[in-house]
Amino acid sequence: MASDAKGQKTGAHTEADGGHHGGGFPPFESTYFASQLLSLAIAFVALYIIVSRFALPKVGGVIEARANAIEGDLAQAQKLKDESDTALKAYEAELAAARSRAQAIGNETREKLNASAEAERKALEEKLAGKLADAEKQIAATRTTAMGNVRSIAADAVGAIVQRLTGAAPDAAAVTKAVDASLKG
Amino acid sequence: MKIDPIHQFNIEPIITLGQIGKHTIAITNSTVYMFVAVGIIGLLMLASGRQLIPGRMQSIAEISYEFVASTIRSTAGPEGMKFFPLIFSLFMFICISNLVGIVPYTFTVSSHIIVTAALALLVFFTVLIYGVYKNGLKFFSIFMPKGVPGYILPLVMFIEILSFLLRPVSHSVRLFANMLAGHIALKVFAGFVGMLGVSLGAIGWIGGVMPLALTVALTALELLVAFLQAYVFAILTCIYLNDAIHPGH
Repeated sequence: MASDAKGQKTGAHTEADGGHHGGGFPPFESTYFASQLLSLAIAFVALYIIVSRFALPKVGGVIEARANAIEGDLAQAQKLKDESDTALKAYEAELAAARSRAQAIGNETREKLNASAEAERKALEEKLAGKLADAEKQIAATRTTAMGNVRSIAADAVGAIVQRLTGAAPDAAAVTKAVDASLKG
Repeated sequence: MKIDPIHQFNIEPIITLGQIGKHTIAITNSTVYMFVAVGIIGLLMLASGRQLIPGRMQSIAEISYEFVASTIRSTAGPEGMKFFPLIFSLFMFICISNLVGIVPYTFTVSSHIIVTAALALLVFFTVLIYGVYKNGLKFFSIFMPKGVPGYILPLVMFIEILSFLLRPVSHSVRLFANMLAGHIALKVFAGFVGMLGVSLGAIGWIGGVMPLALTVALTALELLVAFLQAYVFAILTCIYLNDAIHPGH
């Protein structure tokens, strides 16, 4: 159907401009050379003006604006990155300083506490030593008294035993002497 | 029925304006398609958006811009950017009119030798005039390659000058012949489909699948050729302009 339409068109067309070209090869038909050159000149000059005055500046401007925007964004990002880097560095420095300060404070406190604990310990030890000495003294005194009592009890006991054995009360002085000698030995 | 693969190249006057000597001046289908190309380019470049993230139209406009710009920079150096509007106009005009020409029933502006010759001569004279204007007589040193022994220099110069003068011929015929041959081939193969169908009936219509497939493939090839020839024309323009800008090379 399409080819039929084309055929008809060809026929109509050949009738219409049969006078202009006698069936030669159209691209080499010089009848409309001047006409084509003129149209081309007008069309091409118009195109050149459109392109050079409006199209290229516009598109170039858009591309440049985009490049600038990208560059600006990248610069902004770089700036922000630098800022965050310095902030991080500052934070790290601060952290290190704080840590060393904390350590110093800790050391100081530990030393102070150690010193006070040591002093307290010494005082306590001294006090305990004093108390120990007192106690020892008391023990010694008590022991002496006790020993004194033991002597008299022993003498009594000796007197009683000797009396029971011999039936006669022994001489008190001799008993005491014997008890003393036995206690010493 | 008769299919004439040449018919598509006919110039059809729409409004005859007058006569200069024996030449008819008329608004023809060629004129219309030239302005169609100009209109499409104008619309593409001017009506596309200005978004930071481009849409499709804007992407096409920007890709064309950067494609031509990078072609010039790589072949003619940064100084070649002076000719950016010219090369961009040439590239887009040829590319768009070639692409429009692939649409059935349209006319291909660049399938006429007079059009491609005019464009090639425009480039030729731009190179010649700019070369002489910028470099004076030193421009003609492009005809004397360095390091050529004296006794064959005249021969080399003759060849160089001849090749320089023949540039517009090869420049224009390459584009013209490519478009012409491509469109004739397309038309011939597309014509086979109808001819087989009409002359052989049902068997013919089935047999017509082959040339139809070939027509589809050829159309794809022609799309490539349409772009490629515009690119070749533009890059050759850059190379020729490079001679005018840096005649020492």
